Amino acid sequence: MSERAAKVPPAEEEQDDDQITDSAAPDAATEDAAETESEGPEPVTSGAESVVRALENAGVEYAFGVQGGAIMPVYDALYDSDIRHVTMAHEQGAAHAADAYGIVSGEPGVCLATSGPGATNLVTGIADADMDSDPMVALTGQVPTEFVGNDAFQETDTTGVTTPITKDNTFASDSDTVGSDVSEAFALAGEGRPGPTLVDLPKDITKGETDREPDAPKVPDTYEVQERADPEIVDAAAERIENAARPVLMLGGGVIKGEASEACREFAIEHEIPVITTMPGLGSFPEDHELSLEMAGMHGTGYANMAITHCDTLIGIGTRFDDRLTGGIETFAPDAEVIHVDIDPAEISKNIHADYPLVGDAETVVEQLSEAVDTSPEAKKWRAQCQQWKSDYSMAYDAPEDEPVQPEFVVEALDEATSDRAIVTTGVGQHQMWACQYWTYTEPRTWVSSHGLGAMGYGLPSAIGARLAADDDQEVICVDGDGSFLMTLQGLSVAVRENLDITVAVLNNEYIGMVRQWQDAFFDGRHSASDYDWMPEFDKLAEAFGARGFRIDDYDEVADTIEEAVAYDGPSVIDVHIDPDANVYPMVPSGGDNGQFALAEDQL
Amino acid sequence: MKRGLDGPEPEERPTPAGRRNKQGIRIDPEVEATHEPRRTVISALVEHEPGVLSDVSGLFSRRQFNIESLTVGPTEDEDRARITIVVEEPDPGIDQVEKQLRKLVAVISVRELEPDAMRRELALIKVNAERPDQVAAVADMYDGKTVDSSPETATIEVTGARQKIEAAIDTFSQFGVREISRTGTTALARGTDQTAASSTAQSADEANHERHHSQVADDD
Repeated sequence: MSERAAKVPPAEEEQDDDQITDSAAPDAATEDAAETESEGPEPVTSGAESVVRALENAGVEYAFGVQGGAIMPVYDALYDSDIRHVTMAHEQGAAHAADAYGIVSGEPGVCLATSGPGATNLVTGIADADMDSDPMVALTGQVPTEFVGNDAFQETDTTGVTTPITKDNTFASDSDTVGSDVSEAFALAGEGRPGPTLVDLPKDITKGETDREPDAPKVPDTYEVQERADPEIVDAAAERIENAARPVLMLGGGVIKGEASEACREFAIEHEIPVITTMPGLGSFPEDHELSLEMAGMHGTGYANMAITHCDTLIGIGTRFDDRLTGGIETFAPDAEVIHVDIDPAEISKNIHADYPLVGDAETVVEQLSEAVDTSPEAKKWRAQCQQWKSDYSMAYDAPEDEPVQPEFVVEALDEATSDRAIVTTGVGQHQMWACQYWTYTEPRTWVSSHGLGAMGYGLPSAIGARLAADDDQEVICVDGDGSFLMTLQGLSVAVRENLDITVAVLNNEYIGMVRQWQDAFFDGRHSASDYDWMPEFDKLAEAFGARGFRIDDYDEVADTIEEAVAYDGPSVIDVHIDPDANVYPMVPSGGDNGQFALAEDQL
Repeated sequence: MKRGLDGPEPEERPTPAGRRNKQGIRIDPEVEATHEPRRTVISALVEHEPGVLSDVSGLFSRRQFNIESLTVGPTEDEDRARITIVVEEPDPGIDQVEKQLRKLVAVISVRELEPDAMRRELALIKVNAERPDQVAAVADMYDGKTVDSSPETATIEVTGARQKIEAAIDTFSQFGVREISRTGTTALARGTDQTAASSTAQSADEANHERHHSQVADDD
């Protein structure tokens, strides 16, 4: 048997019970800890203790991981710490949970794994955090330094493997400085454009003796972030906005990460500029506001895509102009002068040329712009046009009683059954797109999904991370697909053990639905390997794990079942048997023209 | 199939006449629509620590930058190394190379060198030595130095700009070239002009301004 099958320390589960229910009161927990240790913390005696001290200094409350041989010294040090370790069923889940924790809380999420397979199992989650710029710290065990490079048992070149998918990574080489390495990883993960960092921890380094306390979290001198944009370009951009006839504000995930939602709302409303969001930007602007055109891109609304195609001034904030947003570059906002606000200079003109490059923190730059814009653009006609498109291309669906349940109906019912602050997490596929389109997002940090990487299996583990980061009164709803859920549903064991109040709605069409949709559209309907008619009964599976299981087959079951599942205080799974032929529209074919979105299959 | 939403069909919708080029720049009929690749030298000052070179080369390979040569060596400061990269990319690509390099935490500063920067390369050329006099004469022509000779071969060291090395190799080929080893370009800015600043202060600001090196770099 492999070393990583080592058991979880038993006492950890005992201390859990009261803390779980209490998870939303982190401040209280920290204060308690401070009280019981009034003489100050014990001095560190090993590298591992220094690592844990660095986490404590950074204010870490939760860490997600799986035990194993090379990481054992760190877990041993965690045994005495107030940090709550949540043992996951698989490291991929640990990384996704940490990622979601980072999205919801705004603080870097922490995941741990052992060397070799533990570390490689984290890779999907790290890559996901990298693509979506989510703050995350991954700590991986490594074989003892003397074995490194010898293909030792459970050895992987983890820093080598993760270099392309981390903001920065470090191979710890000294017990005296390993704590500071972790502190620095923490600081880097959250500073500037957030992202995942990793520290690889050889067992001899964590076991090694040291009395050195970790340094305070600090980014290296070579890492500098520009907060304020060049005032000259701000003035020029402001002038452009004042003179715009067809302005659009496009809010990306950076708006949420940069805590700029409020500033953007004020700016848009004051100057009456229509707002679209990218998928990671959902929640940055209330979708029930008149100015909102909701999400643009491949499966964005028709009106958002019309607006983006016809605007003359595009103010993109915290967006990286991903190809799922832009469609073909040639036809993306072809008449628009682009004002691009981003904290990462490398995003400027990477995909779409920025006529007004504004490098800086989103909130700061929007405030700079607010000050510089004196008169609102005269765009009454444009706003009327946008409203016209909103009615021309309204998001609607047919839901005849005698036909299978439409997924859109389920998403809307879930939205109705929960508060405005409810958090939605998803896997990847058709269900994710319905969750984008038919849920009305009004608050930042309520939308948790795998955008850039598109990692199936993200939904349930991210719901676990989101639950622990969320406030008690925020419901956590995982809208999942059958294929996605099947990939990581072993996480249900964790949700049950921790009694996490999560509702999973599996939109079950017994297909890898998005693939099936593309096969129908582009591969002559040849359903190669997308047919999943061997799906288990998820409600019964949930019960087997100790969660509550529900099943929906008909419309008249939807409202009551959802109400019961949401009300249940603990993990519940609703196996929703939806129309297997339901497809996601509108759709811009890959690399297509956003303005030419298809409203039905025959338009593709 | 019944599936779908309502609204005017794609061909019934207005479409703007404008377009962008492959680099995301709006096409203005007055200016050139696409940027042609040009060869240039980028110098980066980096922390002298393990893994930096692999970070840099990994960045280049995964972003598919068209790299011609990459050299690295220590500097006057033992904690820092200089990486000299010759790339061939259109202007937007060169901008990206610089910006992406700056994102690496171990990179202190990055700069594209002016066309007049000093650039040198070293080559070892092993040729057949059936006509030793002529080999020596050619070596002289290129300020080459014979560093090894045997009855059958002569190995000549040539340093200089890339064109000079190419020309030397061309000329030596008449004797039959057995093996060649070249270092790739290393470069420094002229005079008091600093090749790469020792702080990062300038980097973000530069990203705000577009610089145009319209002149194609000439090797001296």
